[in-house]
Amino acid sequence: MKLNQKMRKIFIAIAFHLLIALLSGITLLPFIWMLSTSVMPTGEASTFPPTLVPKKFTLDQYRFLFDRINLGRHFLNSLILAISVTGVSLLINSLAGYGFAKFSFKGKRPLFIFLLSSMIIPAQVTMLPVFLILNKMGLLNTYFGIILPGMASIFAIFLINQYLKGIPDSLLEAAKIDGASHFTIYWRIILPLAKPVLVTLALFTFMGTWNDFLWPLIVMTKEEMYTLPVALANLFGEHAQDVELMMAGSVITILPIMIVFMFLQKYYIQGILLGGVKE
Amino acid sequence: MKTKLFTPYFFIAPALLTLLIFFFLPVSEAFLMSLTDFDIYSLSSLKRARFIFLNNYLQLINDPIFWKALFNTCYFVLVGGPLTILMSLFTAIALNSKLLRFKKFFRLAFFMPVVTSLVAVAVVWRYLYHPRFGVINYFLSFLGIDSIDWLGDPKWAMPALIILAVWKNFGYHMMIFLAGLQTIPDYLYEAARIDGAGWWRQLTNITIPQLAPTTFFVTIMTIIGYFQFFAEPYIMTQGGPLNSTLSIVLYLYQHGFRWWRMGYASSIAFILFFIVCFLAMLQMLVRKKLEQS
Repeated sequence: MKLNQKMRKIFIAIAFHLLIALLSGITLLPFIWMLSTSVMPTGEASTFPPTLVPKKFTLDQYRFLFDRINLGRHFLNSLILAISVTGVSLLINSLAGYGFAKFSFKGKRPLFIFLLSSMIIPAQVTMLPVFLILNKMGLLNTYFGIILPGMASIFAIFLINQYLKGIPDSLLEAAKIDGASHFTIYWRIILPLAKPVLVTLALFTFMGTWNDFLWPLIVMTKEEMYTLPVALANLFGEHAQDVELMMAGSVITILPIMIVFMFLQKYYIQGILLGGVKE
Repeated sequence: MKTKLFTPYFFIAPALLTLLIFFFLPVSEAFLMSLTDFDIYSLSSLKRARFIFLNNYLQLINDPIFWKALFNTCYFVLVGGPLTILMSLFTAIALNSKLLRFKKFFRLAFFMPVVTSLVAVAVVWRYLYHPRFGVINYFLSFLGIDSIDWLGDPKWAMPALIILAVWKNFGYHMMIFLAGLQTIPDYLYEAARIDGAGWWRQLTNITIPQLAPTTFFVTIMTIIGYFQFFAEPYIMTQGGPLNSTLSIVLYLYQHGFRWWRMGYASSIAFILFFIVCFLAMLQMLVRKKLEQS
């Protein structure tokens, strides 16, 4: 009787593991298929039944992308944009977060509440006027067309503000007595202390900018300024028949973010939870 | 040392100025634009745009394609939303189970689609859905299901996009559910076990009710996010076949940036805004109710 029950438990455990393994296998399948197809010679993927393991390994698709399509340039665009948006927005939002968290000034509360409540406005509303503004300023097809509108984020200011509120004022008072200026306090004390929330935000901003599609699609109309997702979408318009080539392009778009994520998982998950607490 | 009057403003000024120029002014400009017939000729000279009051909105009400886009978006939200949440909840509960080994691996696997570029995965899925060579039809053939023309059949195109969206997004909410599950105190389960409740009773009487606030939050977030879907149909179907996957944002994009009818596009944007606003307010109301009880 007892043995039977134990057997049943083991059976349930195995079935449960099989189910979850199957589910994670299905989840990962598109990535596995993408990776293996990207190293196939042209035409091999268009067979029935589909092949998962390449019969002949080749890097031709990647070579073609970098030599002929100039994907390196788009990679560079994405990298430059992701790094600069992350850097600039971190600076500007942390300045504002410090301003809101550690100073009292006239109209602070209503201003803050106004900012927070405007977070529900979807980005698509501002898309058309911002496009016209950038057009007027001659900033279409420049990096600034993406960096400038991405410099400030209400959500980031809010997160930094929340975090800095937890830092005791006595610490800042002590620095003031030692003659430190407000800016020195920000640079020497606030920024190092806020590192966890800043790393999380940096990761989110970097990945968000890298993966963003709609805005770069609108701002970057010249081919040499395309970011990777825009270039990939464009390439798909011309080379939809070249499965292997498209998969290599997808790998180049996805892989850097996956690697960054694998190393900094902890911070990313923290960010989700912070976002989860926000509402 | 006294704080000078302008010091705090010095710190918040760069952010506020950016928000003013690239967010707050554009919102009001978008509203004004939605009251004009701003089109490609107005791009060169603003004077060519005429004030037409609510005509764009009236035109929208009589625009069958807009209604189609609204219907499609609601279809996507109402079917894709619950499916995503169910999947998140299921995987979160599985990952939280004491029975499960290799948790870190499974968590990473389920989460992987979330961090990847939607454009890249939409391209990949286009081929997975291929009617002749696609992996999905191949697997379905083992189940005795005939080849489906996923993206070419108006009946199947939207379900295909929904499956992609569920796959791409469930990992995100899974993490939020996981955090929610970890806040449920153990003694509740212990008490239930003493009373002889099995895992199903524990799930329905403890886990699900305890997760209610989290579920509500996740639901609203998912709905708001899904109302804005764009890249999936842009890449995979261009809104077709027969407009069966045309979404509100894709329709907005077509009017605004393909045909340069920016006045009309702005009115679409504001309809989207009202919908999102309504949902966010609904969320606040329900949350207040939850807090009171």
